[in-house]
Amino acid sequence: MTAPLEVLILGWSLTFAQLLVGLAMACAACRILVGPRAQDRILGLDTFYVNAMLLLLTIGIRSGTTLYFEAALAIGLLGFSGTVALAKFLMRGEVIE
Amino acid sequence: MNRASSLLRRVIPFPLLFLALLVMWLLLQQSLAPGHIVLGSLVALGATWAMTALDPEPVRLRRPAAMLRLALRVLVDVFRSNLAVGTIILRGNRHSDHAGFMTVQLDLRSEYGLAVLAIILTCTPGTLWVNHDPARGTLLLHVLDLVDEQSWIDLIKLRYERLLMEIFE
Amino acid sequence: MSTAPELPLWAALVVSALMVIGAAIALIGSVGLIRLNSFYARVHAPTLGATLGVGSLLIGSMICFSVLQSRPVVHEVLIALFVTITTPITLVLLARASLHRDRVEGNPEVPKSDHASLDRHDG
Repeated sequence: MTAPLEVLILGWSLTFAQLLVGLAMACAACRILVGPRAQDRILGLDTFYVNAMLLLLTIGIRSGTTLYFEAALAIGLLGFSGTVALAKFLMRGEVIE
Repeated sequence: MNRASSLLRRVIPFPLLFLALLVMWLLLQQSLAPGHIVLGSLVALGATWAMTALDPEPVRLRRPAAMLRLALRVLVDVFRSNLAVGTIILRGNRHSDHAGFMTVQLDLRSEYGLAVLAIILTCTPGTLWVNHDPARGTLLLHVLDLVDEQSWIDLIKLRYERLLMEIFE
Repeated sequence: MSTAPELPLWAALVVSALMVIGAAIALIGSVGLIRLNSFYARVHAPTLGATLGVGSLLIGSMICFSVLQSRPVVHEVLIALFVTITTPITLVLLARASLHRDRVEGNPEVPKSDHASLDRHDG
């Protein structure tokens, strides 16, 4: 049983795209681990979140349902509030004044 | 005419915010059913009333044609600067020696205009808004490819600031 | 390769291209995070993924679901709007926090005051 050409093309390019996004996440993770300073790690974390959102979008397209859309939105929100809190912490030494 | 609009102001204090929230609700629900429109209107109404407690400075938007021009300009610039920064990254380290800080004297005073300018400058890769001094009207920028400082100043002052002043002031 | 939704050929080609382009742009941005050699240069890198990378993937997703459900599916616009508003906020906050720290430590890489280069031009 072979899948039609269209499905093969989309399937393979989705796999390729997921590989690229995975590599991008690895780069961001590298920056989180290497640092050298706290702001570098936070920047890496922010990029990691954006890339995770992209990965969720590709998974959503592969599954063919819009369920993953909400998950992507939620991860974007979490990344935003997390990064803002950390940046605020760097600036003042406390999150909520 | 005037009384009707003041009544509308009292029921819906921020009509633009109300509309934006309603559209967001409908997009999230992915439906245009009357029930969702009513529910979304209620949520948006509650949020706009809550907003009056913050008492923000009123926004005056003018010249929709200028807004459209600005949006198109930003879209084109995002494409161009993505290409430019992409090549800088792929070509390697020696190029990032040109990165540096620069200061621009801004004439734009409207807070909302400045907020939009901050979003535009930061969203186009290659320029980063760092700090704005409202007292002196100076903006500290970080630019990735700081070879010709004057061309960046021209970009900000002529391409964005003039249109933003038309829209917000 | 594993499963994928059944789209007509043209849609499959367009969506595939947009997916790969968006992912590649995000990868270039993240590579910049590693290759650029100062913090302030690195802040520019993630915006690539957050603008064109996200945009390309979202347009692909819109086309895919609009064709699949044979009605316009545009709720991806929300993510695009959300990302374009939040990315500048986080990056500017981070840059300002870093500038503040560098000034406190007396790091020579950053200008001591906002007006340093203007004063130089005037005088």
